[in-house]
Amino acid sequence: MQVTRGYRVFQAVNAVVLTLVVIVTLYPFVNVVARSLSQEAYIRAGQVSLVPRGFNLHTYKLVMADEMFWANYRNTVFYTVVATAVAITLTTCYAYVLSKKQLRGRSALVGIAVFTMFFSGGLIPNYILVTSLGLKNSVWAIALPNAISVFNLLVMKAFFESMPTELEEAAAVDGLDTYRILWRIVLPLSKAMIATMVLFYAVAFWNSWFSAFLYMDQSDLFPVTVYLRNLIAGATGAGSVGAADADLQTAANIQAVTIVLTVVPILLVYPFVQRYFVSGVMLGAVKG
Amino acid sequence: MSVPGTLDPPRSTPEVGKPPPIPAPPLRPRRLTWRRALRRDWQLYSLAVLPLLFFAVFRYLPMIGNVIAFRKFQPGGNPLGEYWVGLRYVEMFLNDPTFWNVFTNTLILGVLSLVVCFPLPIVLALLFNELTSRRLKRFVQSVSYLPHFLSVVIVAAMVMQLLSVDGTVNQVVRAFGGDPIPFLQQPEWFRTIYVSSEAWQTVGWGTILYLAALTTIDSDLYEAARIDGAGRWRQTWHVTLPGIRPTMITLLILNIGTFMAVGFEKILLLYNPLTYPTGDVISTYLFRMGVLSNSFSYAAAIGLFEAVIGLTLVLAANLIARRAVGTSLW
Repeated sequence: MQVTRGYRVFQAVNAVVLTLVVIVTLYPFVNVVARSLSQEAYIRAGQVSLVPRGFNLHTYKLVMADEMFWANYRNTVFYTVVATAVAITLTTCYAYVLSKKQLRGRSALVGIAVFTMFFSGGLIPNYILVTSLGLKNSVWAIALPNAISVFNLLVMKAFFESMPTELEEAAAVDGLDTYRILWRIVLPLSKAMIATMVLFYAVAFWNSWFSAFLYMDQSDLFPVTVYLRNLIAGATGAGSVGAADADLQTAANIQAVTIVLTVVPILLVYPFVQRYFVSGVMLGAVKG
Repeated sequence: MSVPGTLDPPRSTPEVGKPPPIPAPPLRPRRLTWRRALRRDWQLYSLAVLPLLFFAVFRYLPMIGNVIAFRKFQPGGNPLGEYWVGLRYVEMFLNDPTFWNVFTNTLILGVLSLVVCFPLPIVLALLFNELTSRRLKRFVQSVSYLPHFLSVVIVAAMVMQLLSVDGTVNQVVRAFGGDPIPFLQQPEWFRTIYVSSEAWQTVGWGTILYLAALTTIDSDLYEAARIDGAGRWRQTWHVTLPGIRPTMITLLILNIGTFMAVGFEKILLLYNPLTYPTGDVISTYLFRMGVLSNSFSYAAAIGLFEAVIGLTLVLAANLIARRAVGTSLW
């Protein structure tokens, strides 16, 4: 391939643009870490950007000594585990059913799911429903209303459809019923797919806050996202508009520490799980 | 119950209802009746019971629950309302100046997000694609996907840190001799803040589908274009862009479908009474009306209106796409 001068200029410009993309993406992380390690006086003076000023771990100790923070962190883990378990079970079952092309009524079953992507009951009826069912202040208020993501369902359906049918047919000839075929033949062959789905759901539930915000009214039931939300809400909420700046500023490094402690688990697993996400999305896109 | 999986004598098809191995149409003249389907596949149907229950209760029941838009609802009373009031709540919100303000805000934020966040992933994907070093490419991609994995609460918290009076942006403002600006308290900044944070979080991840589409373009096409004397730009214009067009259209339709539901959670986290004039949108307004002020029927009427517009937009975009370029979702 001949390399023209214009192309070389383009390559240089491209390198600069992409470097900027990387910097812009990473800067907020570096900044928040720097703030979390700085003394509040330096933050208040607007002197903290990339490097911590007045390095100290005191704020970390302060936040980590907060029982409520850890209680909420445990809640996040608990909600994520329960909600993901429910979601993966329902999604796998339904996706497997939908992948059986010869099943009578299959297109109706697909339609029932897909329609909900484009039309939903909306916030208010959902709120009334969850409240009337008495799910408030329980993990079910988070797990049940979000049990199936139609996007994930379609990804998984596409995966099951792409599996060779010979093994299942042979198992059927051997007298295995559908449940056993699914449990003993299909699922063991789908470990990678199921792991991807678990990640999709787990990250979504780990990050979610609104269901908990809506349906939990005791602070010891909050997930850590709502803990953080309540911390930052002070900085933007109506109450603080005229409030003393000092309060707002004092919270700055505590906010930073809380952000860091909340984001660390995601950053730790990110390098390992990222490719599963990418392949999952691709599968959904190619087949869906 | 007959043993599931026994072979039906007339059709010597091997089980679980696979079509016959040799597709011979005359062999299967009659359609499977429901009774036979249920007898043969009852185990499969049984696996669908719980998921269908989920859809019925948590997706379709709330749709029915929207009748409270036309009925008087009392908290703690009948979840479907007490008595019919006709279009009272619809008239109420149509005559509510705040509603029209939040409606306009929704449209503006929706259009701005679409205009910024739809094309950027395409551009970025093309730039990624021009990187020759595989390792570099992978690194830049990994970094750009990262914000997608963050909770919206964390993104909002980071935005607040960066834009606070002592934050990075104001440090730059000060470096240029300006006075610090309380960005989050000023309505004129809200749209910029919202759209840029949205771009920061979604653009990198948005490239994935385009990168996948790029790999499917036949390299012979580039060869042919080169032989015809097309330079890099012309190749991009005449080969690459048409190659990813179906992806672009699909994503555009999906984006238009979620247009009215502009980042509700993020706005809820970022706005405050001072920025309501530009930041308050339909979904945040109905949240305050319904959940915080207990005007459930009124809020449900607004929500129904929003959902109907959303559905109409998807159907319209899909129809236009199919007519105009022959690509559509269904």
